[in-house]
Amino acid sequence: MIDIFELLKGKPEDQDYMKKGVIVQGITGVYGSIHTRHMIRDGTNIVAGVTPGKGGQKFEDKVTIYNTMQEAVDATNAKISIIFVPAKFFLGAAKDALEAGIKLLVAIPEHVPIRDTMLTLELAKQKGAIVIGPNTPGIIIPGVIKIGIMPVTPFKAGKIAVLSKSGTLLYEISDVLTTAGFGQLITIGIGGDPVNGTRLIDAFEMIKDIPDLEGLVVVGEIGGDSEEILAQRIIDSGFNKPTVAYIAGRSAPKEKRMGHAGAIVMGTYGSAESKIFMFNKANVPVAKRPTEVPVLLAGKMEKSD
Amino acid sequence: MRLLEFQAKELFREYGINLLDSKSSTNIEEGRKHAKELGYPFVIKIQVPVGGRGKAGGIQICQNDDEFELKYPQVMDLIIKGEKARAILLEKMADIKKELYLSIFLNRSKRCYTIIASSDGGVEIESVKNQIIKEIGLGDVSDEIANEVAKEIGLEGKIADGFIDTLKKLSKLTIEKEAELVEINPLAIMQDDAVIALDGKFVTDDNSNFRHNELQKYQEISEIEERAEKSGFSLVELDGNIAVVGNGAGLVMSTLDMLSDNGGKPACFLDVGGGATTESVYEALTLISKMSKVKGILVNIYGGIVKTTIVAEAFLKAYENNLIDLPVFSRLKGIESEKAKEMLQGSRTKIYDSVEEAINAAVMGVKN
Repeated sequence: MIDIFELLKGKPEDQDYMKKGVIVQGITGVYGSIHTRHMIRDGTNIVAGVTPGKGGQKFEDKVTIYNTMQEAVDATNAKISIIFVPAKFFLGAAKDALEAGIKLLVAIPEHVPIRDTMLTLELAKQKGAIVIGPNTPGIIIPGVIKIGIMPVTPFKAGKIAVLSKSGTLLYEISDVLTTAGFGQLITIGIGGDPVNGTRLIDAFEMIKDIPDLEGLVVVGEIGGDSEEILAQRIIDSGFNKPTVAYIAGRSAPKEKRMGHAGAIVMGTYGSAESKIFMFNKANVPVAKRPTEVPVLLAGKMEKSD
Repeated sequence: MRLLEFQAKELFREYGINLLDSKSSTNIEEGRKHAKELGYPFVIKIQVPVGGRGKAGGIQICQNDDEFELKYPQVMDLIIKGEKARAILLEKMADIKKELYLSIFLNRSKRCYTIIASSDGGVEIESVKNQIIKEIGLGDVSDEIANEVAKEIGLEGKIADGFIDTLKKLSKLTIEKEAELVEINPLAIMQDDAVIALDGKFVTDDNSNFRHNELQKYQEISEIEERAEKSGFSLVELDGNIAVVGNGAGLVMSTLDMLSDNGGKPACFLDVGGGATTESVYEALTLISKMSKVKGILVNIYGGIVKTTIVAEAFLKAYENNLIDLPVFSRLKGIESEKAKEMLQGSRTKIYDSVEEAINAAVMGVKN
């Protein structure tokens, strides 16, 4: 099992402790360039960019661009990359990264074909790498590193982990948590696709034993059964830190895709009722609206004191 | 997208899966021609992209011309779960010995294709008993696995051969077309032991459309949906009268839930995507102006870095151009919200500090 915190922060004896290098694939594209600028502003150490055919150039006089991931990794020794290429080029970019030895791949693009995601995950498994996404806002340790497209204003360093399928709901809920005094240890965007590189349960395994962790917030939505599987794992593992969930899409009609490719109820598979039932079984209260999340969390904290 | 039965069967035919003779039509003249060609008795089947057709009366047997003349228009006029008939399929009657269930779907949590098969088909999947579930990875179904599945549902001899053949063809179809789900229910065993697909359900992965021009002809898209897609929006039309607009699928779903909890009836789900600009919000208002049922608009934008003033500009522009004359109840989280409120003073758009307040105002303000 890869230690996500060690990947993101490094060890105290590392030269680049707390400023791990990140490579941006698709750095010269519209979104790639905007968000590279934002990530640099927000303190992330962007060490290289990749755009085939633009090797040797520099991004805004700061970041060297390479033609391939292999060249970028050879030059920087980075283990983390973030992908901004259009969905139809995602598989190529992801293979390029994993073959070059990337250990944490953050996949931003929406509309990646499921088959391409599954092929990427098969390769990632062989290479012992973590994929976050696709269709994710990314991952952030407030004040340390942001690999993604989220604004930093909703987040504040603290001791709560937030795992979310949705982007804007992640910002919204982190914001109300921050306002209520619950800063975040880490927040991970799972992504809104049917198949996720890091499922809720995988993200849970990554964070559940961190001594600093004081609480967990799960932001789910209709579609699939990853919330149910997580709830079962919470029960089986005896995880007893205060946990609260929120599920979006209770009122959505069946068999309609609600914006996210993965947000669809087929029969009873993927329904909000099924997820809420399982969370209740795991003694995890489910908020009715985002603003209720910190209230429920505070309630759980009191009880566990 | 979900294909209609006759479209799924076109693909089945292309891959050599056994079918009964059938013909699809969109009017009774065409239907009469097909009736002559097929000969009685046959089954009339409504073509809608939802399940539960039989229960709703969308599948009828015809024995003669009189029955045909009566039932064709009846079935054509049905509305099932809000869906009108796209076509009518006439299919020869089958002399069935037994009904099986067979599907291959993309297993989201296991990240591979998975087969479900049962010797007790013909009912909805939730009620299918004795299900055999097999994960098959990302490649075609091997002979070994196909044999195993046939054995586990108790098939032998010629029937087993027919089933294995169907399963292998179905798997080839699923993988080549990148389907999320392909289902044959029922897969019928005939009196002569032939194995035949009586129904077909086929759900594609829309994100792979760019690799499948051959499936384009099945795409069914309304003018409003097409415009939404062009702008990179997600739009789902609903039955109520309050249009719900926001940025991000999760946020808009959450807004729908809260609106419904408070007794409001959403008219649509409209996600304008990550950012929000004057242009994207104006285009969203343009789309909504085309839906006559809408009596009010609820806007929920969470923009950490979005200037709310640029969103306010879109509302003002929409009133100025007489695009809309509807009340707008909005919650705009972002910068310069005080200034945005000032800009909108005296207009029909109100900005609220929380989404809860905006929803309450919308429910009160839009009373049918």
